Amino acid sequence: MIIKQLSIFVENKEGRLSEITQTLADNNVDIRALSIADTTDYGILRLIVNNPDAALSALKSEGMTVSLTDVIAIAVPDTPGGLNKAVKVLSEKNISIEYMYAFLNPRKDTAFVIMRVEDNERAIKALTDGGIRLMHNDEIYSL
Amino acid sequence: MENHYFQPEVECADRESLRALQSQRLREMIKRCYEKVPFYRKKLDEAGIKPEDIKSVDDIKRLPFTTKNDLRDNYPYGLFAVPREELIRIHASSGTTGNPTVVGYTRHDVDVWADGAARALAAAGCTTSDFVHVSYGYGLFTGGLGLHYGAEKLGAAVIPVSSGNTQRQVQILKDFGSNFLCCTPSYAAYIGETCRDMGVDTKEIALRGGIFGAEAWSEGMRENIEKLLNINAYDIYGLSEIAGPGVSYECPEKNGLHVCEDYFYPEIINPETGEVLPDGEYGELVFTCIGKEALPLIRYRTRDICALNHEKCACGRTLVRMAKPRGRTDDMLVIRGVNVFPSQIEFVLTGMGLEPNYVLVVDRAHNLDTLEVKVEMTPEMFSDSVKNIEAVERRMAAKLHTVLNISAKVTLVEPKSIARSEGKAQRIIDNRKI
Repeated sequence: MIIKQLSIFVENKEGRLSEITQTLADNNVDIRALSIADTTDYGILRLIVNNPDAALSALKSEGMTVSLTDVIAIAVPDTPGGLNKAVKVLSEKNISIEYMYAFLNPRKDTAFVIMRVEDNERAIKALTDGGIRLMHNDEIYSL
Repeated sequence: MENHYFQPEVECADRESLRALQSQRLREMIKRCYEKVPFYRKKLDEAGIKPEDIKSVDDIKRLPFTTKNDLRDNYPYGLFAVPREELIRIHASSGTTGNPTVVGYTRHDVDVWADGAARALAAAGCTTSDFVHVSYGYGLFTGGLGLHYGAEKLGAAVIPVSSGNTQRQVQILKDFGSNFLCCTPSYAAYIGETCRDMGVDTKEIALRGGIFGAEAWSEGMRENIEKLLNINAYDIYGLSEIAGPGVSYECPEKNGLHVCEDYFYPEIINPETGEVLPDGEYGELVFTCIGKEALPLIRYRTRDICALNHEKCACGRTLVRMAKPRGRTDDMLVIRGVNVFPSQIEFVLTGMGLEPNYVLVVDRAHNLDTLEVKVEMTPEMFSDSVKNIEAVERRMAAKLHTVLNISAKVTLVEPKSIARSEGKAQRIIDNRKI
């Protein structure tokens, strides 16, 4: 149930992002989803890819500051209130969400949401009990 | 660690005979300055001092000071006390502000200087069977040739690598079996990092010690270098106006630098009033070159801030110790009226377990000075959450504030993005237009 997300430190400097994407391309890493948290001086690039371990070692060998973060992914119906149901479940159990980002599955009427929560185990249980479908890591990596 | 001395008869001399030697050399020096250097004759005449008035080192406080400006005003050779045929070497310091300062040496002076550097090497445990790897720059800068002559005088074998080409430095350290490394502390740290990046295990190379100078550095920087290179790291102090590296040096106690006071007589003064300060009080370090011929400077103001300690050292040396200088007043930044030394930032970073790779950016916004400290991100500091990274920045800023007494903005930058130095590190970018 735990998905490995790449978290990469990116200084706000011309060309930094393209160096990262170039490294990923050179190593045949396919990006499934991404988001960037930005501040004045730097950003944190968060990526879900098909092969996190290979991407990690490729970026590390380029001297980049990168780590793997445990996140969870849920599948919600792509209809009004679809996300609300899942967020409500967590809120009722007082589980805070650090950050989240979503992407659509082009083949089905489903949206996928990546979530970084304070306690993965509790969140997985709460979501499962609340009838929310959690995605398996193979399912995400092989999209 | 076993104590090694190069010249125990001087390094461990009893204070009384040392003092007699100093007084005799001072008398001869003042006489020579009065006779040979018109600048000093004029200065002494103006002060109403005749050479015969100076009888012992007790009288030194009556003598006028010499400053870096005096050297610049008499550029290049105006303060030399010997004719050209007696000179065998010229060095110069970089002239970032105005003319460089030019210094000259007779054969005797080069020998005196080599004694200082040889004493430093011996104190660090270097013997005649060791290889001394000199990565200071060779040239007008005194670092390279200073340690080179010192190592030869000691009888060790010199590997004169000079600075630069850091991967090659590592290759030579490894293949040639260098036992002692001599360079600036910032370059030593860079060589250590390069060893790590090249996968060279420093436990498997022959390096035992290092002598690092030409920059002020902190105890944290010492620990960092000792860990990176798996050696004992010693400070060496000097300035070209007085001789070069070897004016003072650390012993295995690592608790102050022994001054070669048989050649260079030290005093600490209040930089405002010129008054001589007692042992333990911090002030400006002043040297009188009682043992030199070509450039015998009287009470030269070094702009270095430190304190003296005349107690006998546990290593057996009786030579006075000077505290590790906090930095030269030239390196000092005045930000919002507060004195800031780069070594203070180094102290904070190494205290947090970080490598001291940083740059200070000073600017002025709305008539107020701003200080930004750029620090490289490490895997330990990194987090996927902005909140956590900001917490690290805030913690660092709080520590800097405690040490510096002014607030600084901390900016985390990518690893290896701060330029490494092969000589004296450039730590300051001052964008203020005043």
